Amino acid sequence: MSLDQNDIAKLARLARINIAETETAELSERIGDILNMVDAMQAVDTANVVAMANPHDAIQRLRADEVTESNHREKFQQIAPQTADGLYLVPQVIE
Amino acid sequence: MPKHTIADILRGLEAKTFSSEEITQQYLDAIAKHDSKFNSFITVTGEQALSQARAADTARQKGAAGALCGVPIAHKDIFCTEGVRTSCASKMLDNFIAPYNATVVDRLASAGVVTLGKTNLDEFAMGSSNETSFYGPVRNPWNTDCVPGGSSGGSAAAIAAGMAPAATGTDTGGSIRQPAALCGLTGLKPTYGRVSRYGMIAFASSLDQGGPMAKTAEDNALLLQAMAGFDHRDSTSMNVAVPDYVAGLSKDLSGLKIGVPKEYFSDGLAPDIAAAIEASLDVYRKMGAEIKTISLPHTHLAVPCYYIIAPAEASTNLSRFDGVRYGYRCENPKDLDDLYTRTRAEGFGAEVKRRILIGTYALSSGFYDAYYRKAQQIRRLIKQDFDEAFKSVDIIAGPTTPNPAFALGEKVSDPVTMYLEDIYTIAVNLAGLPAISLPAGFTQGKPIGLQLIGRDFDETTLLAAAHQYQQRSDWHQQAAPGSV
Amino acid sequence: MEWEVVIGLEIHVQLTTKSKIFSGSSTAFGADANTQASAVDLAMPGTLPVLNEQAVKNAILFGLAINADICRDSVFDRKNYFYPDLPKGYQTTQMDFPIVGPGIVEITLSDGSTRSVRVHHAHLEEDAGKSLHEDYQGMSGIDLNRAGTPLIEIVSEPDMRSAEEAVAYLRKIHSIVTYLGISDGDMSQGSLRCDANVSIRPKGQEEYGTRAELKNINSFRFVERAIKTEVLRQIELIEDGGKVKQETRLYDSDKNETRPMRSKEEANDYRYFPCPDLLPVHVEQSLIDELLAGMPELPDAKRQRFESDFGLSAYDAYLLTGERAVADYFEVAANSAGDAKLAANWVNGELSASLNRDNLSINASPVSAEQLGGLIQRIRDNSISGKIAKQVFDALWNKEGDSADAIIDSKGLKQVSDSGALGAMVDEVLAANPEQVEQFRAADEGKRKKMLGFFVGQIMKASKGQANPGVINKLLNEKLGG
Repeated sequence: MSLDQNDIAKLARLARINIAETETAELSERIGDILNMVDAMQAVDTANVVAMANPHDAIQRLRADEVTESNHREKFQQIAPQTADGLYLVPQVIE
Repeated sequence: MPKHTIADILRGLEAKTFSSEEITQQYLDAIAKHDSKFNSFITVTGEQALSQARAADTARQKGAAGALCGVPIAHKDIFCTEGVRTSCASKMLDNFIAPYNATVVDRLASAGVVTLGKTNLDEFAMGSSNETSFYGPVRNPWNTDCVPGGSSGGSAAAIAAGMAPAATGTDTGGSIRQPAALCGLTGLKPTYGRVSRYGMIAFASSLDQGGPMAKTAEDNALLLQAMAGFDHRDSTSMNVAVPDYVAGLSKDLSGLKIGVPKEYFSDGLAPDIAAAIEASLDVYRKMGAEIKTISLPHTHLAVPCYYIIAPAEASTNLSRFDGVRYGYRCENPKDLDDLYTRTRAEGFGAEVKRRILIGTYALSSGFYDAYYRKAQQIRRLIKQDFDEAFKSVDIIAGPTTPNPAFALGEKVSDPVTMYLEDIYTIAVNLAGLPAISLPAGFTQGKPIGLQLIGRDFDETTLLAAAHQYQQRSDWHQQAAPGSV
Repeated sequence: MEWEVVIGLEIHVQLTTKSKIFSGSSTAFGADANTQASAVDLAMPGTLPVLNEQAVKNAILFGLAINADICRDSVFDRKNYFYPDLPKGYQTTQMDFPIVGPGIVEITLSDGSTRSVRVHHAHLEEDAGKSLHEDYQGMSGIDLNRAGTPLIEIVSEPDMRSAEEAVAYLRKIHSIVTYLGISDGDMSQGSLRCDANVSIRPKGQEEYGTRAELKNINSFRFVERAIKTEVLRQIELIEDGGKVKQETRLYDSDKNETRPMRSKEEANDYRYFPCPDLLPVHVEQSLIDELLAGMPELPDAKRQRFESDFGLSAYDAYLLTGERAVADYFEVAANSAGDAKLAANWVNGELSASLNRDNLSINASPVSAEQLGGLIQRIRDNSISGKIAKQVFDALWNKEGDSADAIIDSKGLKQVSDSGALGAMVDEVLAANPEQVEQFRAADEGKRKKMLGFFVGQIMKASKGQANPGVINKLLNEKLGG
């Protein structure tokens, strides 16, 4: 299994990571190595195996519907890149 | 001082041999003087540490001392610490002053610990060598040409070098046990759900678990006692009673059944390590344990399975780093897309980007079944191997790593070889089990780690087995040549 | 060619919980920007979700109301995409194992006919924040107060064949969720939002045409207009030799047109997978039993009861049960009036018209159900005529008195039924119109009926509407020698 330049570009796009063209060759080689290693899984028949998402097969605990949080906007926005009037600012959002 | 354990410090504080302020100052001095050689700290919180130490001294005088009152430790810089930079060793969070504490940090603080600072790690805990940190690599105090292991490499090096008696770590595929092994320490990965993940920056949510790193099993017990327990803020935290780990250290282990997986003694294992593990098994035999060969037939699939599940979870856990609400933002984004793609290209390092792309691939349409679902199925097979084994044994023993600490730069260009170094530790995370690594010898002057794996929530037996071994060995008491 | 319209709706319903689905932040509407955004809502590093019990119960209640299967182990998934109002870079939602399985919703159309619309499933998920497009230094502002508000998304099968059916279905969902009290259903505040999948196909063709998804249509009226507009666009497009593109379109209510959304142009791959921070949600039978036991009467049951207990027509009952508040109002009014049919006429007629005129919800009606009941009592005992009753209603609406009786008294509107007083009035009118009296007497039976109206009108005018029409008729017939 190997990934070509287009595959890398598509993944980079989905992950919103700008990848320079000069980086793709090495990336595709390394990711290819990893995918080859991972392919060992394909030899195992797992047709009747239930996928396991959590080590304990536990169930979700539910929280009582109570308001437990208070306003910490000032504290949280002190570490924000850019804010105005209590809003986080980003380049124009187009719908 | 490098030989000081937490237990030693507690005795000294109790006997008023020294104050917390004095011992804290000594560690801070050691860090200031020696850490340039190791690079184990990203942030040192000297002033805060001293004021915490003075408060601890006052509390102790008043007879209001918590279990770890006045004991200085370090936190892996993956745990959020309120008012202190929490970087995860990434440029992405170089400017992130956490607005809250991780539950682990809070719990240890209520037990009275003093925080010396935040230790280095692989960026977002993604690595086994501590070479992917934005703040540069960490060096192993046993051999400064070598890596300390990772991802909790800074915590390991700081303890091994005598700059902290103990530290917190996190373990997703071996990130506590492997650096503990490579630096001659004792480190415990608790059962998944034993220690809260709240405020611990997520790498792979279904695998991550915080735990203690120290010189001895006894210190691990003292730390775990404070760290463990149910947290209503973490849905995956398990509501299981926390036993008295310190009292459990002297638990009677006669008749203990120890399973040794035949798959762990294959070609990849260094002969010296194999011999050291055999020797340690002899110690257990003499203690009255019964050693049995067992089989974990899916062992060879653990690394492939992990390198789908961990990157898949990571790829989405790291989507929140987008330059909008905190952390790094690229200069002058020309539009929203540019903000995202450049912030993430500039803020993440190469290994992190690689894993995000692999994870994105494994989850993408058309590949999900072949990769992600397949890995989840293999994960169950691996768990079932352990379930089967624990029907006939109480713990499982083997090497922590196939090789001792390797040279810096040696495996950077070959990630797959580096990934395979985690072959013995990774399956444990996939199965959610507790496991401890403890010193069991040396090869070429580098420490060897013995790994003991236990049943779900049976940290007590692991700690007791490690502690009682340490009563009969002195590997854990050896000081690294580079130590203070 | 004759076209058949095929519509499926995806309805997002905000659940009325005090706190968010995965955090303890308040869900109250209208707070200052980002003052209800906690560390969890902001996706600060290391924060984790914990599921709100009430959100789960609300979703189950909806499922029970549409006779759906409740999934005993539903799973939360991550839907991955980047958008500034989505702090984690993924939405926590349910994909493969939604909490509510297939169910059925019955709708009633204006001609009284009914249809079934199948619900494919309904799942729990979190709402996103809001992007404010006003200019902030040339940038957009992000408010995350809404981020994490619990939603259920109700996904229908493509079972609707006209805009009218789609609106009827939407209204029915609205009445179910408001009856259950699991949502305030306020479309103007975005508590209930609708996306419509619209396609057309030649009548008789089995396979579906390519659909366009109309996003975020925020009123019943716009749903109808948006769908009709989109259907016309598709018909024109195909008849001109074009092809419908599968795409997301935005309805512009000002221009009454749909247009493609630029931000949705890029083909996405959401990479759904089970959220590892949450575990499967297990629902015990005991919880289902408990919720069933506490379930309020639902619109269909109420409609049947109104028909059988009150003897209302199917259509009246349907109109009265659309909104729980209207049904509750009606029941109080009917009981206090002692005449359900009259009460139904008044609620569906005068009251409804007045509310519409003043753009008020029934909860804000200036005339209470008890006041309306009192008014109807006076109609029943012939204290006032229907015409005077409208005057009294208007007076109540304008708060000119506390009750119908008080207004009737103060304005002297009581109906005159006294034969003596009315007899004098009749005599006066007959004396003043000798020509008409003569014509009447000369006319045959058929014409007389019509002509009688003239005299009644004159007497009503003279009595300022207060004369009892029954008594007048009787007196006129006597005096005209009929």
